[in-house]
Amino acid sequence: MKNLVVNPVLNKEFKLRFRSFKSYLGVLFYLLALGLIIVGFIFIESLSNNMQGFFKPEQSRTMFMVLSILQLGLILFITPGLTAGVISSERERQTLNIMLTTTQSSSSIIISKLISSISYLILLIAASLPLYSFVFLFGGISPGQLLTTMGFYLFTILVYGSIGVLFSTLIRKTIVSMVTTYGVTLFLAGGTAFLALIFMQLTNAYGYTGTQPTNPLAYFPAMLNPVIILMSTFEPEMTNEITRSTGIEFPLWMSYLISYTLIFIGAVLLSIKKLRPNMKKG
Amino acid sequence: MIEIIDLTKRYGKFTALDSLNLNIGKGSVFGFVGQNGAGKSTTFSILATLLAPTSGSAYVNGYDVQKEPKLVRKQIGYMPDFFGVYDQLKADEYLHFYGASYGIPFAEREKLIPQLLDLVNLSHKRESYVDLLSRGMKQRLCLARCLIHDPEVLILDEPASGLDPRARVEMREILKELKSMGKTILISSHILPELAEMCDTIGIIDQGKLVAQGSVADIQSQLRGERLILVKVHGNAENAISFFEDDPNIFKLSSQEDGVSFQFIYKGTAEEQTELLKRAILNNLAITSFAEAETDLEDVFMEITKGVELT
Repeated sequence: MKNLVVNPVLNKEFKLRFRSFKSYLGVLFYLLALGLIIVGFIFIESLSNNMQGFFKPEQSRTMFMVLSILQLGLILFITPGLTAGVISSERERQTLNIMLTTTQSSSSIIISKLISSISYLILLIAASLPLYSFVFLFGGISPGQLLTTMGFYLFTILVYGSIGVLFSTLIRKTIVSMVTTYGVTLFLAGGTAFLALIFMQLTNAYGYTGTQPTNPLAYFPAMLNPVIILMSTFEPEMTNEITRSTGIEFPLWMSYLISYTLIFIGAVLLSIKKLRPNMKKG
Repeated sequence: MIEIIDLTKRYGKFTALDSLNLNIGKGSVFGFVGQNGAGKSTTFSILATLLAPTSGSAYVNGYDVQKEPKLVRKQIGYMPDFFGVYDQLKADEYLHFYGASYGIPFAEREKLIPQLLDLVNLSHKRESYVDLLSRGMKQRLCLARCLIHDPEVLILDEPASGLDPRARVEMREILKELKSMGKTILISSHILPELAEMCDTIGIIDQGKLVAQGSVADIQSQLRGERLILVKVHGNAENAISFFEDDPNIFKLSSQEDGVSFQFIYKGTAEEQTELLKRAILNNLAITSFAEAETDLEDVFMEITKGVELT
C-alpha cells in the first residue's frame, strides 16, 4: 500500500493533472451540467403539477433515477477520454521509453496510470454529491441506495478505465485507441441493451406456445449493460421481468459483478504483459 | 562491460541488425557511427531492454538483457535520440520523478539532484518548467536524469543532435567529465569528429553490420592514406576523366551532374599527388580547381569503409 501511495507515476500524474487549469474547468462544467439538469427537472415537474408551482416528494425518487442514469452516461462518456490515452500519449510524447528503462515494474506503471486517470472521475462524482442533497431534501431515497449507486459508479469506472488503459497500451496512436475504447463502451452501454431488447422481443413474438416463453439469450447482453443494471437496482420489477423472459434466476447484478470483474482483471493483466516487449528467448 | 553476440533484429523481411558482435570494456568510451537506419538505435534499444532481438545475445555488466532485464535497467542510463518532457513539471521535479522511479529515497534525492544539476550546468534552472528549457538544456537535463541512479553504463543515442555549436561544446565537456568518472559510455553521434578525442574505440555500422571497429588512432591512420579530391575543369570533363582514370592511385572516380567537375579517392602520397597535378597541367587539361574535399570524419568513415573490414 505504501508503494502505491508514494508511487512516482501516481505522484507525477496527480501533480500534472491538478496543475492544469483545464481540470478545474472540467469540474466546473460537470457540476454546472448536473446542476442545470436538477433545476430543470424540478422546474418542469413543478410546472406540470397543474401550474401550481410545487414539487411533489414522490417525484424526488424519479429525479434521483434520472440524475443517476445521466451521471452514469456522463461517466461512460468521460472515462474513455481520460483513460484511452494514458500510455499511448506517453508514447507519442516520447516519454514512455525513458519510463520503461527505469526499474519500475510494468504492473506499478499500469495500476498507477489507471488510478490516477480515474481519480479525476472520482473527484467529479464526489464533487457532485452535494447536488444529490436536493433528493434528500424531498425524500424518497435511502442513504443506502445512494451509497449503492456510488459503489456501482466506482466499480464501473474502474472496469471501463481498465479497458481504456488496455487499448492505450495495445494501440500506438491515441486517437485510434480513443475511437476503439469509445466503440467498445458504446457496445457495452448501448449495443448490449439493444441486443437484450431484440432477444426479448423475439421471444415474445415467436415463442408463444400458450405458456410463458423464455429465451436465455437476452440475459447475457443484459448482464453486461450498466444502464440496465443500474435501473434494476431502482426498479426490482425490471429484474423480475428479465428473469421471467430469460428463465435465468441468477441475479443480474451478480452476473454483472462477475463478468466485469473478469473483464477488469483480464484488461489489467494484458496491459501489464504488453507494456514492455516480451524479452524471453524463444 | 557490454557484450553483444550475433545480435540480429528483423522486422518482417527487413534486417535491422545482422549478426552484430561487439565487446566494450569497463570504463571505455565507444563511439557508434552509421547512417540513419544503419542499426545504431536498434542496438541501443535492445541494450536498453526496450526491444527484443530476433536472435543472438546481449549482456550488460554480465546481465543478459533478455533474461535479466530488470537488473540490466539498474546498470544503464539510457538517453534516446528523441525524447519528450512533461509540460507541467519543474526541472527538479522531473529528476525527483525519475529518481523515485529507481527507488531512490526522497532524502537521498534531495542531496543528489543539486549535484546533478550542477554537473550539467543547470543549477539556475532548478525551478524552471522543463518544457520552457532550450533544446540544449533539455538534453543536459536528460543526461542528468540518466545519471540519477549512478549507472555504470551510459547509452547515449545522438546526445548532441539538434544542438547549436555552443551547446555541443557544453555537452562534450560534460561527457569528458563522465568519462573521467569511469563510466562506460556507448555513444552515437553526428558530431563524432568532435568527440573523437574522448572515444577509445569507434565502431562503424552499416546495414545492420559492424563494418569497422578499432581505436580512433587506427581509423585515423587509415584516413591519412586516403583523400577525397574534387576536380573542376573548364569545358568538357571527359578528357580529364580519362586522364585521371589511368592513375593506379585513383579509386571510385565519379563525375558530377554539372559535367565540368568530378571526384575521386586518392591513395598515393603527397609527392605523388603533386606529380599527378603537374602531369595533368602538362597534358593541357584546363583544370580550374584541384582540391581535397572538406568532408567531416564521419562522411569519410562511411566512404572508406564501404565493403572494407578493418582489423
